Amino acid sequence: MTHHNPLHLIEETPFTADHCLKCNICTSACPVAPLTPLFPGPKTVGPQAQRLREPGEPSPDHSIDYCSGCGICTLVCPHGVKVMEINTQAKARMTETHGMSPRNWFLSRNELWGRLGTPFAPLANFAVRNRLLRLIVEKVFKVSARGPLPGWAGYTFRGWWKKQAKRFPRPEPESDANRVVYFHGCSTNTYEPHIGKLAVAVLEHIGLHVEIPPQTCCGLPAQSNGDFKAARRYARTNIDSLVEYARRGIPIVGTSASCMTAIKGDYQHVLGLEDEDARLVAENTYDFMEFLDKLHREGRLPADFQPIERELPYHAPCQLKAHGMGRPALDVLDLIPGLHAWEIDADCCGIAGTYGYKAEKRDIAEAVGWPIAQQVYDAGADTVICDTETCRWQITSLTGAKTIHPVELVAQAYGLSVDGYRPPVVAAAPPKDKETVPGW
Amino acid sequence: MNTSHSVDVLVVGGGATGAAAAYDLARRGMRPLLVEQLDLSTGTSGRYHGLLHSGGRYAVRDLETAAECIVENQVLRRIAPFAIEDTGGLFIATPDDPADFPERWLAGCRTAGIPTESITAAQARTQEPALTPRITAAYRVPDGSCDSFDLIHAFVEATRALGGDALIYHRVRDLIREGDAVVGAHLEDTRTGERRTVSAACVLNAAGPWAGVVAGLAGLDVGIKFDRGAMIAMNTRWVNTIVNRLRPADDGDILVPVGTVCVLGTTSVHTDHPDDYRIEAWEVSKILSEADVVVPGIRHGRALRAWAGVRPLYEPPEAGHDDAEGREVKRTFSVIDHAQRDGVRGLVTVVGGKLTTCRLMAEQAVDVVAAQLGNEARCTTAGDPLPGPHAPRYHQLGGRLHKLEHGELPGELICECEMVTRAQLEAAIDAYGDQPVALDDLRRDLRLGMGPCQAGFCSYRAAGILQQKKGHTGPDTVEAFGAFVDERFRGVRPLLWGHQLRQMYLDELIYRRTLGLDQLAEQPTEEPAHA
Repeated sequence: MTHHNPLHLIEETPFTADHCLKCNICTSACPVAPLTPLFPGPKTVGPQAQRLREPGEPSPDHSIDYCSGCGICTLVCPHGVKVMEINTQAKARMTETHGMSPRNWFLSRNELWGRLGTPFAPLANFAVRNRLLRLIVEKVFKVSARGPLPGWAGYTFRGWWKKQAKRFPRPEPESDANRVVYFHGCSTNTYEPHIGKLAVAVLEHIGLHVEIPPQTCCGLPAQSNGDFKAARRYARTNIDSLVEYARRGIPIVGTSASCMTAIKGDYQHVLGLEDEDARLVAENTYDFMEFLDKLHREGRLPADFQPIERELPYHAPCQLKAHGMGRPALDVLDLIPGLHAWEIDADCCGIAGTYGYKAEKRDIAEAVGWPIAQQVYDAGADTVICDTETCRWQITSLTGAKTIHPVELVAQAYGLSVDGYRPPVVAAAPPKDKETVPGW
Repeated sequence: MNTSHSVDVLVVGGGATGAAAAYDLARRGMRPLLVEQLDLSTGTSGRYHGLLHSGGRYAVRDLETAAECIVENQVLRRIAPFAIEDTGGLFIATPDDPADFPERWLAGCRTAGIPTESITAAQARTQEPALTPRITAAYRVPDGSCDSFDLIHAFVEATRALGGDALIYHRVRDLIREGDAVVGAHLEDTRTGERRTVSAACVLNAAGPWAGVVAGLAGLDVGIKFDRGAMIAMNTRWVNTIVNRLRPADDGDILVPVGTVCVLGTTSVHTDHPDDYRIEAWEVSKILSEADVVVPGIRHGRALRAWAGVRPLYEPPEAGHDDAEGREVKRTFSVIDHAQRDGVRGLVTVVGGKLTTCRLMAEQAVDVVAAQLGNEARCTTAGDPLPGPHAPRYHQLGGRLHKLEHGELPGELICECEMVTRAQLEAAIDAYGDQPVALDDLRRDLRLGMGPCQAGFCSYRAAGILQQKKGHTGPDTVEAFGAFVDERFRGVRPLLWGHQLRQMYLDELIYRRTLGLDQLAEQPTEEPAHA
């Protein structure tokens, strides 16, 4: 890292500890601290402990392992302390000192498991749903048997897209103004390809030419497990692949709010990638719903929404809150006639990426997410909207309700359907979509 | 009540020199009593920046001190490793500094025997990424940082183990003269007013800036010049190596990482009083802007606390620099044998010097005392390690967090910034036995209240625990609490902008609005009788 600007060092994550006034707002907002004596709270392990950590010395930390990394502390800090970022960096130091457990290594490589499992989807799906196998895995690897592992689709979104593009070549647009890059993330690629398909359909309905350059895991799972080496490798691959588009001013959008947080903020503030390329990519990256909201404000979002007569609870994932952009999904869903999406009053669903899969933390994860379950029960809702995949899986496991990405509703309202997929919220109703995407 | 007892040597001053002298005396078989008007390490020694000098700072104009420093640096590392962090030191030149200085400095270091290692600007910045890129020369020297609290406590503990004793919060009211000899002193407990008389074969005056006052009690004159210097502690360790400017010693040219903080120092202002701890606004700006030249951006960081210490400077009349002031006065020390100088036996004054050379000062002063008492034992303080915790103690970075994180410090966190637990606090209170103990004493023992919030969150907790343990009454506790808060606030007052202004506002809201401290502290007034 080079420091050209004399103020640069002080803006770096560790130095934000300087701003802490000990006010305890972060500790009272932390969803984990009140649930376990094993975690003394974000203020203690964050800005306070930071003053006692010596660069280059073995990590003295221990309890920071119980930080879920949800980032609510950073969000609520009125003084600008990057609490979660400090904690995540400390976790990385701890991993450097003490090494990484096979379980954490396993959980940080979901990109690999997604690819490896795809050809064996039926077998893999049987395995993750088999109670006995899961109990054995919990005993041996400490991956909770109750952790909501996804199922493999059996094909990849990228493979599907390649075929689509070959069968129905899209005309090249005249200018870059009508191009958009789609970042699908690992989950869409191998577990939930329908979200990617719908996202592409919506973008094309808007009249944009979609590019899907090579990409890999955003690196967030490795980062939150303290494996910064792997996280930086993933990040670098993505930055190198995306920077050309960012330079041309082409927006990069993604349907996984947590992947987008990583690209927008964590690459810089947690992983310390501060080069021009990383900055450019971050500046041109948008969460999918944020992007639709932006288009709407610019008058570029088609308004041909068909009504969806439903009232649905919406959970804003912590990682989405960290974008500091309000609730664009609610703003966009508000445009759909008949649809009323209301926000669940809860901080965190508890899963926090890979945290809720860890056997010793599963109870905490479930307790953190409990207020969501309560409100979903009270509302009698059978479907919940949420922008991030692991949160959706967690909410389903906590409530039994189905969970969908907001893009599914947008696609439905536009009357778009891809390969016959219909979001569960309207699947029961007779199909009424007249419009199909030309050439699909 | 007036009690009296007798010792071989009464040592006046519980700073580094006095403590080292008491230890030296005890090792040579002379029974010492150390007397300190406040707590140990509260004067110049407790107010120093924490730099264990390699001597590099004096290599150009004070070779004698430079040579003493490098020798004593090695000795202290050997005998008191628990009080020293081997940070290493850097001397850094920038384009603004005199170009011919490095040559002269190197020559001085060679003469004084200070090892130096020339490194490139890039190497310096790899070691300390916060350093400016504008480096024209960089050298490594064996500087370190030293915790004077730990060092002095170790000397005193060792003294006690050898049969000596120490009295804190005792002031020397009078030195007792019998003809041409000082034979003892009248002491007064500053907290209870209790008096006692101590007869001693010799009094060793190591009172630092007050040495002149003490000598005056025997009717003798020691002309000490007072030189005040301000320091600022930054919230975090911007550097982990001591950083010195490679230029003639001037204001604001050292950065010392010590414990959790980075101390910036210092200034040199002549004053007429031994306890003039004022800090003027120009000193704060000067220190921060000078530090900013070496570590760009540091003046925008969080400055925790500022304090000043008074250097007792003494130029023997025979040196003939009567009008020298501040940095012109050499940092060497002097041992004054009043028997030789004034014809008064039983009093030896040691003055000047550096914390780094405290053991040597003690040795030479005790040599004179021993000669007067006919003791022929040789000084052995440079040889054996001090009994004391040999592993890094609380004050070292990392160790405290490690203990807390691994369950070795059970109990609630009382001081969150410096990680002091209830169990530690209670043990520290117990260590005082029947003696009175103030929150500020516990601060020196544990670093209670020395972090960013400057006791904003720990003082009322600690005050409550102190009340429980000592069975104090409510008003006692309010008074002790108020005194502690005032003292903490004093050190922040010169730094009230940005971070610390926000912090103090929050602290004030806690003390005044929530706890109503100022109203509690007001004495309840009698209801006026109705006519």
